[in-house]
Amino acid sequence: MSETRRIAVTVNGARREETVPVRLTLADFLRHRLGLTGTHLGCEHGVCGACTILFDGYSARSCLMLAVQADGHDIVTVEGIANGGALHPLQEAFRDNHGLQCGFCTPGILTTLIELLRDNPDPTEQDIRIGISGNLCRCTGYHNIVAAALDAARRMRGP
Amino acid sequence: MKPPQFSYYDPRTTAEVVGLLTSHDNAKLLAGGQSLMPMLNMRYVLPDHIVDLNRVDGLDYIREQNGAPGSGAIEIGAMTRQRDIEFSDLVRRRCPLMHEAIAQVGHRQTRNRGTLGGSLCHLDPAAELVSVAAALDASLAITGKNGVRSVDFAAFPLGYMTPALEPDDLLTGVTFPCWPDGHGSAFVEFSRRHGDFAIVSAAALIEEDTTGKVTRAALTLGGLGPAPVRAGAVERALIGETIGDRRLRDICEPLRKLDALEDIHAPASYRQHLATVLARRAFLKAHERIVAGRGM
Repeated sequence: MSETRRIAVTVNGARREETVPVRLTLADFLRHRLGLTGTHLGCEHGVCGACTILFDGYSARSCLMLAVQADGHDIVTVEGIANGGALHPLQEAFRDNHGLQCGFCTPGILTTLIELLRDNPDPTEQDIRIGISGNLCRCTGYHNIVAAALDAARRMRGP
Repeated sequence: MKPPQFSYYDPRTTAEVVGLLTSHDNAKLLAGGQSLMPMLNMRYVLPDHIVDLNRVDGLDYIREQNGAPGSGAIEIGAMTRQRDIEFSDLVRRRCPLMHEAIAQVGHRQTRNRGTLGGSLCHLDPAAELVSVAAALDASLAITGKNGVRSVDFAAFPLGYMTPALEPDDLLTGVTFPCWPDGHGSAFVEFSRRHGDFAIVSAAALIEEDTTGKVTRAALTLGGLGPAPVRAGAVERALIGETIGDRRLRDICEPLRKLDALEDIHAPASYRQHLATVLARRAFLKAHERIVAGRGM
């Protein structure tokens, strides 16, 4: 029998209490237990960045954390970025700039950029490229992703 | 990919950690998890017990140790996140080598979780923080069942990814001696992609007198051997020299003779070549920074 623990986690503003195996990764907890399949799993060893979430406001790879480590902490996944039916300006900028094709890497890039644009509202192109260097995209070649991020920064700074 | 089965503990004090390590065989410490979690997911390691350090109090700090003005040391707790080192004003001011190196450690997402102690104990020969610890002659505070002891970093690597730690030892903090104000430093590396481990890195530190002659030098090469290499012969050869590209070529050339690893990323001869090139670039950059600092 696998050892289990009771945990309480705030996910996208809602408190969730679950009993989980101690070896369950946070990514599998979000996807399989909570049904939040927006967090994608690519490599499962911390290289591709698709599973990036915000852990207490800071981007982290959810495949490299255990669900039990999230007990008492606050998590935001890609599902928690939009405000109800209204897309986040970052999501709008990705749509308008064709910042995604297949969309597999997008959740990880969006959560990464939420933190980056919060810390640095006026980034250079180089800042963006370094900021998303830990997120692998196999479709777009990054150009439109960078354009979308710069556009989002402009929108979020306001007129 | 799923981690293997293990028992999980999340103690609150270092004494509890050491107690758990003493009473449990085949236990593994979980720090930031940026190396151990992939190894668990891929089942490279199969521990019976995981002792999670993330809820242990008192291992997360960056502070200045009192010393003579312009010298002294910085003390950093083992569970301090790499992110906090990256954004520390104290580190940037007193230890610019570490500030420059840490921006090249992984990515934002991994630095948010990854810790100083985790990186040093994992002891990847190409890890930037491991090289910085070697370059600055760091000393490590280690708590074991017989109490606390201090270990010089030079004596810490026993071999490839093998730190001088007993199964019931816990690294709690690291002291980095600072070089005096006005010194120059540079950390340069070659890697295939931003955020990768370096194939080879060079960490250079120099002090010069008012005439521009080198009075003290340190050179650390990461990724070359099974642990960071301090190039003592180059350090000594630089004393009394004036830094310049041509002279540096001669002084750094013997680095080509150092033993080097060979793997899928690069043959040994390429690593030896990189050592000569990166060492020269690092010293030039460190020197330019001294000159720029004098001009201000």
